[in-house]
Amino acid sequence: MKILVPVKRVVDYNVKVRVKADGSGVELANVKMSMNPFDEIAVEEALRLKEAGKATEIIVVSIGPKQSTETIRTGLAMGADRGILVQTDDIVEPLAVAKVLKGIVEEEEPGLVILGKQAIDDDCNQTGQMLAALLGWAQGTFASKVDLGDSTVDVTREIDGGLQTVKLNMPAIVTTDLRLNEPRYASLPNIMKAKKKPIAEKTLADFGVEATPRLKVLKTAEPASRQAGVKVASVDELVSKLKNEAGVL
Amino acid sequence: MTTLLVAEHTNSALNEATAKALTAAAEMGGDVHILVAGKDCGAAADAATKLAGVSKVLVADDAAYEHQLAETVGDLIVSLAGDYDAIVSAATTNGKNTLPRVAAKLDVMQVSDVIAVESADTFQRPIYAGNAIQTVQSTDAKKVLTVRTASFAATAEGGAATVEAATPAADPEISSFVGEEIAASDRPELAGAKIIISGGRALGSEEKFNEVITPVADKLGAAIGASRAAVDAGYAPNDWQVGQTGKVVAPDLYIACGISGAIQHLAGMKDSKVIVAINKDEEAPIFQVADYGLVADLFEALPELEKAL
Repeated sequence: MKILVPVKRVVDYNVKVRVKADGSGVELANVKMSMNPFDEIAVEEALRLKEAGKATEIIVVSIGPKQSTETIRTGLAMGADRGILVQTDDIVEPLAVAKVLKGIVEEEEPGLVILGKQAIDDDCNQTGQMLAALLGWAQGTFASKVDLGDSTVDVTREIDGGLQTVKLNMPAIVTTDLRLNEPRYASLPNIMKAKKKPIAEKTLADFGVEATPRLKVLKTAEPASRQAGVKVASVDELVSKLKNEAGVL
Repeated sequence: MTTLLVAEHTNSALNEATAKALTAAAEMGGDVHILVAGKDCGAAADAATKLAGVSKVLVADDAAYEHQLAETVGDLIVSLAGDYDAIVSAATTNGKNTLPRVAAKLDVMQVSDVIAVESADTFQRPIYAGNAIQTVQSTDAKKVLTVRTASFAATAEGGAATVEAATPAADPEISSFVGEEIAASDRPELAGAKIIISGGRALGSEEKFNEVITPVADKLGAAIGASRAAVDAGYAPNDWQVGQTGKVVAPDLYIACGISGAIQHLAGMKDSKVIVAINKDEEAPIFQVADYGLVADLFEALPELEKAL
């Protein structure tokens, strides 16, 4: 069984993003970029399934600019077998991403597609669900455990108030939550080996997908900032302020 | 225009998230109908009819909808979508799971996590964990959106909507419910609590977390939250996590104990009305957003607070 893992190149988790003064977006020039953290968890889960003898090949795919090759190489250095880059400099919304991925799924016929539950740039949390819908497949979103059977997969999901386990017919879509696993670091020999692994290059046109955004971004602004308040000297003063000044007790 | 609001409920009760999402749906203008899909969900549907401004409640009562599986509920919503200009749900885990599925089948780009409605097609939503706010205009004929409930007040009761049965859609039979573990607790739910007390890594262990946080929460009738660091360290369960990747909350009072205030945590609680920070490190970034800061050892301050309340 093949596993397909889509990965996205995003601003690194530790970078504090700045909104451009003219409100046209956030500053992306000279900012450190990395693989979306939820996608790293997706790659790791695929690797673990392969190591357990339940998968034969792991394909990492990214849709984005030429530099997304680095993101694919990160996945290959972790242990994935080959990559596909769908190169575009356009902004590609989740719906269009899902359409491209559908095309790739039809070519590659994986038994599972494992995706991050959301990208930490646009925070949309849509692509996995949309891909499942377009394929007519079942979905196990926000997964904290994946238990692979012969023709089904049990996915334990993080839901409001606790956990839910669902059984999905395969092929299926899984999207990862934070606690599914802890991704490995690529070792130096594996980073070297990854340089020789193949990456196929495609375009949006190969899949008949247009990237024209459906959402027009009118403005990007700083969030309302919060002013620091006062320091209190004691618990008694705190309680008195909460009662008399803030009126919340 | 007419909007279909997908209810968040437990079959036996309507979740307050529905009344909050209704506020956003109403701000788009036009009529709002509520869909209650579940099994033996009459009580939830009944509660939905009472919400002000709702003209019709559609009830799809079928075993297929008991556990809100995205595959079945999604197909149901798609089967009803023809009559509506917009489909709205709260950005709960159910809404986040199901609505993108609906959007894709309708060939619509969903607007996720709406925090403000500017018009029937223009919305504000946070990106980069709330470090920037984007204003987006949907060019799709039909709108599909999820609403961040912390940003909208609940619509009050006062309506008398009619009830209509909705025909269940064909079950695609590709997924099934196996089980769930829902923490049983008398505490208010994190997402809707008026007061939240949260603990961070400084608590040091699960025992200490329970020993110092729980008594104060009991006294205040508060929900308990935690930072990602505390959850990752195993001091608190996953579903207590407040932050970018956990729950986004906006209670009247948020008490952060031993939480340094990483940007990802702030993203989940900075819209709280009043923020209190108790931390031994006076340089902790949490103090920059706190209305009241107390520099103190929380193992002394919290028991003292519990006595003073």
